[in-house]
Amino acid sequence: MNEAALEVEAVSHAFGARKALDGVSLTVPAGRFVALLGPNGAGKTTLFSLATRLYATRAGSVRIFGRDLSRAPAAALADLGVVFQSRTLDLDLSVRQNLAYHAALHGMAGRAAKARIVHLLALVGLGERIDDKVRTLSGGQARRVEIARALIHRPRLLLLDEATVGLDLASRGAIVDVVRRLVAEEHLAVLWATHIFDEVQEDDEIYVLDKGRIIAHGTARSVAGAHPAAPGAEARPSGSTAALEAAFRAMTTRAEDAA
Amino acid sequence: MTDSALAPLRAPARHLGPGGYMVCLSGIVGRELLRFVQQKERFLSALVRPLVWLFIFAAGFRSVLGVSIIPPYETYVLYEVYVTPGLAVMIQLFNGMQSSLSMVYDREVGSMRVLLTSPFPRWFLLLSKLVAGVAVSLAQVYVFLAIARLWEVDIPPMGYLSALPAFVLTGLMLGAIGLVISSAIRQLENFASVMNFVIFPMFFASSALYPLWRIRDASETLYIVCLINPFTHAVELVRNALYGVFEPQAFAVVLATTLVFFALAVVAYDPGRGIMGRRGGPKGEAS
Repeated sequence: MNEAALEVEAVSHAFGARKALDGVSLTVPAGRFVALLGPNGAGKTTLFSLATRLYATRAGSVRIFGRDLSRAPAAALADLGVVFQSRTLDLDLSVRQNLAYHAALHGMAGRAAKARIVHLLALVGLGERIDDKVRTLSGGQARRVEIARALIHRPRLLLLDEATVGLDLASRGAIVDVVRRLVAEEHLAVLWATHIFDEVQEDDEIYVLDKGRIIAHGTARSVAGAHPAAPGAEARPSGSTAALEAAFRAMTTRAEDAA
Repeated sequence: MTDSALAPLRAPARHLGPGGYMVCLSGIVGRELLRFVQQKERFLSALVRPLVWLFIFAAGFRSVLGVSIIPPYETYVLYEVYVTPGLAVMIQLFNGMQSSLSMVYDREVGSMRVLLTSPFPRWFLLLSKLVAGVAVSLAQVYVFLAIARLWEVDIPPMGYLSALPAFVLTGLMLGAIGLVISSAIRQLENFASVMNFVIFPMFFASSALYPLWRIRDASETLYIVCLINPFTHAVELVRNALYGVFEPQAFAVVLATTLVFFALAVVAYDPGRGIMGRRGGPKGEAS
């Protein structure tokens, strides 16, 4: 049995009267890539805020490698790297200074931290930009710096919240490629939140989140097969990005009709 | 990607012992100092403000406002000498508010989230932010005192040293107040009005510009307001410390205010008890 990197169990969260998450459960096994698909407003960012302890979990539980985030936050957060949806780099500092700051936030300094910064920037293909101000980087480059930053303390679980939003195709491809290599070669567990279907491969495990609820779970192929396109929609071959997109539209439309 | 290229990723990293705390603290302080050094206009404006008060306001009032002999002064002093401690603490007041402004900014652009996902306890992260703010304010204060010395504000040489702990404590107090304010501000735009409601009342309703006895002569009510105002005690703590005198009442009030506001800030930034989890999703994010 594969160890669970992230276990979210029956988590609910509300902002006043507005329910953002309703009994959400999902598991990311160690060393696996899992995608969280959902339209804007589905609750993905709220789920990420709970999984990173920016918000307290009031109903349900979040465990990272078996450690409850509410009871043992330090140990749980030490195993977690995160790339937030909005940019979180300090634009006026250099790439090296940004990474050194993050290393310090995890208690790392000195030669070990310096070597790790150089190594990670080489890994994401930005070794030559190490002393450039973040302000001078393109959106895709800044995202890759954020991925390097998220890995600086050697986490075993990486959360990425719509990491490719607003990027061109080439930049998106480069980021997806880096993350998938980390999963394959480094045994890193990844929860990849997105609403861009071509970032998901047909054998990937996916969860579909809509209006705060998980409405489908399985491999992308099985989810696409189990939820045919809505009546009137153009038929697409099962297993393709288009089939998943059609299934997703069918699912979210039905959920809307049922609401 | 070769296997050896990824090898350094594999070793586990755990740096959460006492040494890790020091590294974290120095990282947060270092970042704040780096940002400060790069924002030259911030440094200049922090200096210009008290210097305008000293060179123009105090010089103009020198002949109008006499200051009788009150502790810690052993003789009549120039008005410039009297207002200098208040202006030094005013630098810290502005700096404390500026730090909280940067907290609001960090929260809006998202880098606050990076700080708060550190595995170190949240109270320690907030304390480190406070210490970082104090480090920045000390640099500003001592440059101001050096310039003031050229303007006939003669402080005993040992006073610069004996006032250092007082400046650290007053910086912590004003930073803690700023932290609490930053936790209550949802958007950067709302901060300007808070500055007007906090900075100016705190500064003017204190002993920074006039001795308390003179304020009491003018208005008993204003005198009570000044006594309640922790900024008054911060100014008096620094004023006495600059002349090598320890003022226990001022120390007690400043220390207590620091502890109360820091505790409030820890609660406010606690994901379980504070405002963070009760608000909507982070600004600018989809869900």
